[in-house]
Amino acid sequence: MLEVKDLHVTVEGSEILKGLSLTINEGEVHALMGPNGAGKSTLSAVIAGKDGYEVTQGSITFKGQDVLEMEIEERAQAGLLLGFQYPVEIPGVKNIYLLKAALNAQRAARGEDELPAPEFMKLVKEKLGLMKMDASFLQRAVNEGFSGGEKKRNEILQMLVLQPKLAMLDEIDSGLDIDAMKVVADGVNSLRAQDRAILLVTHYQRLLDYIVPDKVHVLVDGRIVKTGDAELAKELEANGYEGIEESAA
Amino acid sequence: MATEEMEQLVRRDYKEGFVTDIESDTLPPGLDENTIAFISKKKGEPEWMLEWRLEAFHKWQEMKEPSWAHLNYPPIDYQSISYFSAPKRPEDRPQSLDEVDPKLLETYEKLGIPLHERAALAGVAVDAVFDSVSVATTFKKQLAEAGVIFCSISEAIRDYPELVKQYLGTVVPQNDNYFAALNSAVFTDGSFVFVPEGVTCPMELSTYFRINAANTGQFERTLIICESRAQVSYLEGCTAPMRDENQLHAAVVELVALDDAYIKYSTVQNWYPGDEDGKGGIYNFVTKRGECRGARSRISWTQVETGSAITWKYPSCVLRGKDSIGEFYSVAVTNGRQQADTGTKMIHIGEGTRSYIVAKGISAGKSDQSYRGLVKIGPRAKGARNFTQCDSLLIGDKSGAHTFPYQEIGNSTAKIEHEATTSKIGEDQLFYCQSRGITEEDAVSMIVNGFCKDVFQELPMEFAVEAEALLNVTLEGAVG
Repeated sequence: MLEVKDLHVTVEGSEILKGLSLTINEGEVHALMGPNGAGKSTLSAVIAGKDGYEVTQGSITFKGQDVLEMEIEERAQAGLLLGFQYPVEIPGVKNIYLLKAALNAQRAARGEDELPAPEFMKLVKEKLGLMKMDASFLQRAVNEGFSGGEKKRNEILQMLVLQPKLAMLDEIDSGLDIDAMKVVADGVNSLRAQDRAILLVTHYQRLLDYIVPDKVHVLVDGRIVKTGDAELAKELEANGYEGIEESAA
Repeated sequence: MATEEMEQLVRRDYKEGFVTDIESDTLPPGLDENTIAFISKKKGEPEWMLEWRLEAFHKWQEMKEPSWAHLNYPPIDYQSISYFSAPKRPEDRPQSLDEVDPKLLETYEKLGIPLHERAALAGVAVDAVFDSVSVATTFKKQLAEAGVIFCSISEAIRDYPELVKQYLGTVVPQNDNYFAALNSAVFTDGSFVFVPEGVTCPMELSTYFRINAANTGQFERTLIICESRAQVSYLEGCTAPMRDENQLHAAVVELVALDDAYIKYSTVQNWYPGDEDGKGGIYNFVTKRGECRGARSRISWTQVETGSAITWKYPSCVLRGKDSIGEFYSVAVTNGRQQADTGTKMIHIGEGTRSYIVAKGISAGKSDQSYRGLVKIGPRAKGARNFTQCDSLLIGDKSGAHTFPYQEIGNSTAKIEHEATTSKIGEDQLFYCQSRGITEEDAVSMIVNGFCKDVFQELPMEFAVEAEALLNVTLEGAVG
């Protein structure tokens, strides 16, 4: 589904990713782990199309399409969706409005009609319940005055409504207490499906107790140095990244 | 004014070959006492009105055009302007929508202007305005039953001279400023509203006016009076781009609210801003002021400014009555090479007076925008309060935003709060929306509309919807 080959990315003149390769297949959950500054967030940002990242070498293809040639919104419309570590506030724009605009933009791109309002509300209410969010969330401005936990839940809510093909979640566990983490994890687990893949970018093993990945990759200094199954994450927890770096070297 | 002078004037017109028939034409460029006499005569005005105009003219002659605004435009030659032009004759106007600039029609479409209004707005020669004629008649009847007077200022001068004499120029004196003085001397038309004691105007004065406003001319004069406990909501302007051959517009609007009266004045202004280089755009120098003369009275200005090449406009409130309230909600959008210097003045005179200012400025393209606001607390304004919020949003890196807040506090019990922000339309906000599948253009309009929300919710419902559409059209192509 997603094929990243020998990816080199430069940000403001310094190379962050130095030949990263990664293959994600349908139905799989991948966890990308690594120390601060290893380039974890850079990968998902480049895939989503964020400005300021220069790809100097390598390729990204999604379902056979050259991702790097696509506009930001086209990537989302194709089913690549990024859940942000720090979702931005948009004053005055209601959450429900953003959800509706996003869903209808994606439907339009697929040649589908807009979802009628009653059906849309039914869909959103169901997903809200899943995320243990109050309906008043919908009337609040996007992320404005949300607590850290509320922002993260809201990101997952969008995923549940938009139903991406590949959900990329950037440090979705940061700043969450244990209860919120469970809710977020439940939401992510409900996304698991035969035709969908999930990429978790995370710092800590803790999240992976709740969302058990099929594959764990360790990213150090812009390259994946080790790939394993869920056990690898536990090993990391015990020995730290340094141990991995040494064994990889 | 002696008849000979009048005749002389007419002869002069003949000689210069401009005017052949006093009944139906246009004055040659130039401004002197004869011009004013001609206008007054054309309007069938009584002697006192002509004297009032001439008095204003003499004051204007001694005044200087202000230069303090953050605006840049070539000097205006006031002698090169024609001060009276009758509407174009039907045969000189487009005969059907097929003859109208398709681009203009496209814009009407985007704005959702009702089909039957498009022709009138585009200046097509249609006899009266079809169904709106009957609508207008119904309105008039309803208004008359309530005792509300709503007519053109010219009619008011003829039919209600005592009311006009009592209030005209009492809020904006003839010599208030250069443009107000000019307007006082040469105004050609505008609206008059009088709501008697205890009456709530049975309708928003809008649709009717919108259609009939198409030809109000360049020197508009509006006077609105609400007696004790009276209320009115007045809507001025139109979201459709209005083209006008007159480059200079200098309107005056005066509002008077007596005890417990409430006047809500909403404006959507979309004059032609000129081409990409700003050529041919309208210069809009407006004096709008309301006086809360009575206790507990309230005046609320809401404006959405998107048009004009140059905007110079500060709708203000004089809070004289005890516990009176003044409000100013504004969205100003500039794109291309537009320049706007706009804001408000809140003059607190009475005890316990309160004012609220919410100003949102959006600058895109190479445009430049300033917010200029004065909050003045007089010595007797015990316990006066003001809250000002002033936010600027920049789109792109070639636009400018400036804020000039002035405060004069003459009473130590007053409480003043001022909040101001300037932000660039966030790359992060754009990316966030786009990464959800929303196009850049839709994302910009979503973010900008969110930014303006506090003001839009002050607009009457139908206007608010149009204002959002207008914002989107104005900012088309502002990014990327």
